[in-house]
Amino acid sequence: MSDEERAPGLLLLVAVALLSAAALGYEILLTRLLAIVQWHHFAFLVISTALLGIGASGAFLVVVGHRLRVPAGPFLALAALGFAVAAPACFAMVQHVPFNVLELPWSLRPLGWLLVIEVLLAIPFFIAATGIGRTLIVFGDRLSRVYAADLAGAGGGAVLAVAFLSWFPAERTLDVLGAMAALAGGMAAGRARRGTRWTLLAPAAGILFLLVSGQGYWTELRISPFKPLPQALRVSGAKLAETRSSPLGLVSAVENEAVPLRWAPGLSLLARAPVPEQVALFVDGDGPIAIPRRRREEAPPAYLDDLTSALPYHLLERPRVLVPRAGGGTLVLQALGGGAHSVDAVELQTDVAALVKSRYREFSGGVYRERAVDLHVGDPRAFVEAAAGETYDLIQVDALGASPSGLHALKAERLLTVESMRAMLARLAPRGLVAITGWSELPPRSGPRLLATLLESLAAEGIEPAAEHLAWIRSWNTNTLVASRAPLSGGQVAAIRSFARARAFDLVHVPGMEAGEANRFNVMERPWLHEAAARLLGPEREEFIRDYKFDIRPATDDRPYLWSFFRWAHAPEILALSREGGIGLLAIGYLALPAALVQAAAASAALILLPLLLVRRRSAGERGGARRGAALAGFFALGLAFLMMEIAFISRFTVILSHPLHALVVVLAAFLVFAGVGSWLGGRRESGEERGSVAWPTAGIVVLAVACLATLPHLTSALLGAAPHVKIAVAVALVAPLATFMGMPFPRALARLRRLDPGLVPWAWGVNGCASVVGAVLATGLAVHLGQTFVIVCAALLYAAAAVALTRMGAPRERG
Amino acid sequence: MNEKAGDSAAGPESGAASPLPPRPLGRRTLAAAAGAVLALACAAPAQSADPHAELRLGMLEAIADTTARTAGSTGVEAIAPEVMDAIERVPRHEFVPPEIADLAYENRPLPIGHGQTISQPYIVALMTHLLGLGSHHRVLEIGTGSGYQAAVLAELVERVHTIEIVPPLARQAKERLPRLGYRNVEVRLGDGYYGWREAGPFDAIVVTAAASHVPPPLVEQLAPNGVLVIPVGEQFSVQMLLLVRKRSDGEVTVRQILPVRFVPLTGGH
Repeated sequence: MSDEERAPGLLLLVAVALLSAAALGYEILLTRLLAIVQWHHFAFLVISTALLGIGASGAFLVVVGHRLRVPAGPFLALAALGFAVAAPACFAMVQHVPFNVLELPWSLRPLGWLLVIEVLLAIPFFIAATGIGRTLIVFGDRLSRVYAADLAGAGGGAVLAVAFLSWFPAERTLDVLGAMAALAGGMAAGRARRGTRWTLLAPAAGILFLLVSGQGYWTELRISPFKPLPQALRVSGAKLAETRSSPLGLVSAVENEAVPLRWAPGLSLLARAPVPEQVALFVDGDGPIAIPRRRREEAPPAYLDDLTSALPYHLLERPRVLVPRAGGGTLVLQALGGGAHSVDAVELQTDVAALVKSRYREFSGGVYRERAVDLHVGDPRAFVEAAAGETYDLIQVDALGASPSGLHALKAERLLTVESMRAMLARLAPRGLVAITGWSELPPRSGPRLLATLLESLAAEGIEPAAEHLAWIRSWNTNTLVASRAPLSGGQVAAIRSFARARAFDLVHVPGMEAGEANRFNVMERPWLHEAAARLLGPEREEFIRDYKFDIRPATDDRPYLWSFFRWAHAPEILALSREGGIGLLAIGYLALPAALVQAAAASAALILLPLLLVRRRSAGERGGARRGAALAGFFALGLAFLMMEIAFISRFTVILSHPLHALVVVLAAFLVFAGVGSWLGGRRESGEERGSVAWPTAGIVVLAVACLATLPHLTSALLGAAPHVKIAVAVALVAPLATFMGMPFPRALARLRRLDPGLVPWAWGVNGCASVVGAVLATGLAVHLGQTFVIVCAALLYAAAAVALTRMGAPRERG
Repeated sequence: MNEKAGDSAAGPESGAASPLPPRPLGRRTLAAAAGAVLALACAAPAQSADPHAELRLGMLEAIADTTARTAGSTGVEAIAPEVMDAIERVPRHEFVPPEIADLAYENRPLPIGHGQTISQPYIVALMTHLLGLGSHHRVLEIGTGSGYQAAVLAELVERVHTIEIVPPLARQAKERLPRLGYRNVEVRLGDGYYGWREAGPFDAIVVTAAASHVPPPLVEQLAPNGVLVIPVGEQFSVQMLLLVRKRSDGEVTVRQILPVRFVPLTGGH
C-alpha cells in the first residue's frame, strides 16, 4: 500500500508535532541566543530567517518533490535527524562567523557575513519544513490531521522553548531541541520497513545520546568580544563568579579584586570621595549593573551624592522613593544616603535581584534587606501602573541602560513613553518629583527626546506651565531631568543652583534661568542642550522637533523606540560625514535594519524565486499577463500583510506582556494556531464557484484590525497591572479572531488559482514567501519611524488591496 | 629609526600647553615629505625603501583633510606639524594584526584582537594635537591597547607612562614598543584608576580605556596647566572628545569637542 492510500498513523503524527515544536522552539531560542551573543537587534531577523528557510523548502519541493521516491515515514525521519544535527551545528557555525556589527559603518564586509549568518540559520528551518511539507503533500486530501499535528506542535513548541529556558542553561537549550527532533526521527522511522527502520533508528539513538550527554559541546556561547561582558572578563584579575539563565536573560556576575569595576556615570569632576569597588552584573552580556561594596553598618558611599542623579535629594525632605530599575542597588543606596524615608525598589530580572540578595548580601551590606527598603521583583512598568499603589515623593528612573551610540536603537523602551510617564506623574504626592537620568551625547539626542516625551505627559496631566515644573542639569556625560507636580519653589531653585555649582554641573533649565548661566563648566561649542530646552519649552516646539536632524519626537507605547534617532531625511549628510569623525552620529543598531532588509530581499529572491524559474519554463502555458500580474501582486500583498500584522502585534504586546520574549511566544503561537484554524475553516465553509473568494475574509480582517486598534490603548493601561495569566488570556483572545481570519485568504486564493491556472501556483506561493521574509523586517522598520498602529493600518490596507487583486485575477477569464 | 622624539630634528615646540598654532599641511609639504623619504632611501642604500611610506602619506593627507573640514567644530584648523611628523614616523602596520596590515593606513579604526581597537588616525592626531605637548612633558596613557598612541606620544616627549588592564595586550606592547625603538615608553599591567602616582604629576593624560567618569586620582595627578583627554564613545565610534584642563590655580575646566562638522538643527549655525 502506498503512503497516499494510508492514513498517517499516530506515531507519524506525533513525529510531525515534535519536529514542528522543535522548529518553532528553535525560532524562539534563536532570538534569545542571538541577543546574548550579538545584540538584541537580531531578534527581528530571526522570523525573517525562519520564513526564508520555509520558503526555500517550498521551492525545493515544487522543483524536485515529484522526483523523491523515499516514503513519507523515512523521509520525515531523515528530516528530523537532519534538523537534530543542523539546529545546534548551524548555530555553532554562526558563532564562528566573524560578523561585527560595530564595523558596519566602516566596511561592507559585515554585510557579507550577515548574509552567511542568515543562510546558515535558515538551514534547520529548511530541513524541518521540507520534512513536514513532504508529509503534507504525500497525504494529499487527508492532510488535515497532519496539518493539525503540525500546528499543535508549533503552539507547544513556543511553550516548550520558554520551559527549556527555565530548566536548562541557555547554551544547552539547542541540544535539548535537537534531542527532541532526534526523538521525532526515531518515531517517524517506526513507519519504515524493517531494514530501513533500524538504519534510521540507530543514528537517531546516537544523535539523541550525543546531544543529551553533550555537555554543551555544540553550543558553548561565544559572546561578541566587543560586548561589555567579554571586555570585563579580559581585564587582569577578572573572575566569572556566577552565571544564571532564565527566559528573561542570561545574568553573569564578574568579580575582580585586582582591577575592580568602578562604575559612576556622571560623577562630578570635583568629587574627591573614592568610588568603592563594585561587582559587575551583565544581562545577556550587556551592562554593567554595579553592586557597590558597603559594610552593613556603614553609611552609603559619599560618591553617590556627587552624581547628577543625587539632585532630587537636595530638594526633598525624607522622601518616599520608588526606584523602578533597582539593579544592583546603587540608586537605592543613593536614596538611603539622601535621607529617604522608604524605598520601593523594583527589578525585572529575578536573577539580578536574587544575586544581590543572596550571593552579594554581605558585599552590598544587605542593601535589599534594609528596613526602609522593599524589593519587588517584577515589571517596573506594571508596578508603576498598578492602580492600588501608594504615592511617592520621588520616582527615580535610571535611563542609562541603553548605549548612547545607538546600539540599542531598535530596543523598545517601555518605561519612558508618554503613557508610562503619565502613570508616574499620577503616582506622585502633591509636591512629588520624577527624576530621569540618561546619557548626554554630543550632539544631544536622548535628552531632547526625553524632555519632549515628558512635556507631552505633563500637558496630558494638566501640569502647566511646564517651565515652572522642570529642572535639568548635566555633567559631561549624564543629565538629570526633574519634573515636579507642583511648581518648583524659590528655595528649590536656589538648591538646584547650589547643588550644580558645587559639583561643576551645568544648568540646562531651571525656572527663571538666564541664557548666560548655561554651558559654564562642561563647555560645548554651543549650549546645545539649553537651547533645545528653551525651544521645546517655548511656542516653537513642533518646529524644533521637525527641524532637528535626529528623531526626537515623543516616545509612545505605539512607538516606544526612544533610542532610535535616525532620520532618513538627514541620512545623506550623516553618511557623508561618517568617515570624517562623524561615525558617532550614526546609530549602529539602526543600520542593521536596512542592511537586513536588503539581505532578506536578495536571499529570498535567490533561494525561493530562482528555483521556481525552472518550474516556470516547464509549465509555460498560455496565460494572460493581466491575470499573472494580478495574481502575483495579490499574493505578494498577502505575504507582506500577514507578517506586518504579526510583527506589529508582537511589538505591541511587548508593552503589555512585560518582556519581548513573552510577547513573541504568546503572540506567535496564537497567530500560528489560529491562522491554521482559519485556513481549515476557510477551506470547509464553501464549495463550488464561491470557493476561493477572499473578499469576506479580508473584510473580516480589516474590521477586526480596526477593532483591535481601537481597543489596544485602553487595554494596555487596564492590563499592565493584571496577573500574567490574565494578560496572556486577553492577548490570545484578541489575536484569535484576527488570526483565524488571516489564515483564510492564502489557501483560498491558492485553491482558486489552482483551478484557474495551475502553472502559476508555485509562483504565487514563492512570491508570497518572499514577501513574508521581507515583511518581517519591513514591519520593524516602519514601526520604528511611524508606529505600530501605522503598520497595522498598512497591513489592513494591503489585505484590502490583495482582495481586489485576487478577485481581478479570475474575473474576466474565469469561465473561459 | 624611531629613537625617541626628543632627539628628532623636527621635535615639537616646547612648553606649548595650548593647541599649537595652525600650519596647514598642503600638498607641497606632503610632496616635500615624500621627496625627503625618497632622498633618505637613496642616501641610505643599506636600508630598503619603506613600502608603507606612500600609504602613510595618504593617511596624513586624509588626516589633514578631515581636520580642515571639522575645524568649525573642533577649533583646530590643522594638526601641528610636529604631531603630523610623529604620526608619519610611526609604522602603524606594526600595531595591527598581520591579517589586516593592508588596512593599517586607512583613516579608520581597526580591531586588534581581545575585543579592542586601534583608534582612527584622525582621532589619534586630534587628541595628540589637543594635548599641546612639548618635548619635556610627562605623559600618562590609560589603556595602552596596541601601543600605537603611546608610540606617537613617544615621538613627541621624553617619557611616556602607559597602563593596560588586559594582560596579553600589555605583554604585546612591552615587546613591540622597544622592538620598534620606543625605549622611552614604560608599560605597566594594572589598574589605571589610580594613575601612576610615583611618576606624576603629568602634563598630559590620555584615557583611551572606556571611562564612566574621570577618576579623581587622575585629576589629582594632572600638573598645573595640564590637559587630560578622553575619547568618549563605543569601540569603532568616537562620539566626542573630552578635554579637561587644570588651570595654574588648580581649577578644572572641561571642553566637549564634537569631532565632526555637524549642526543638529536644520539651518542652524
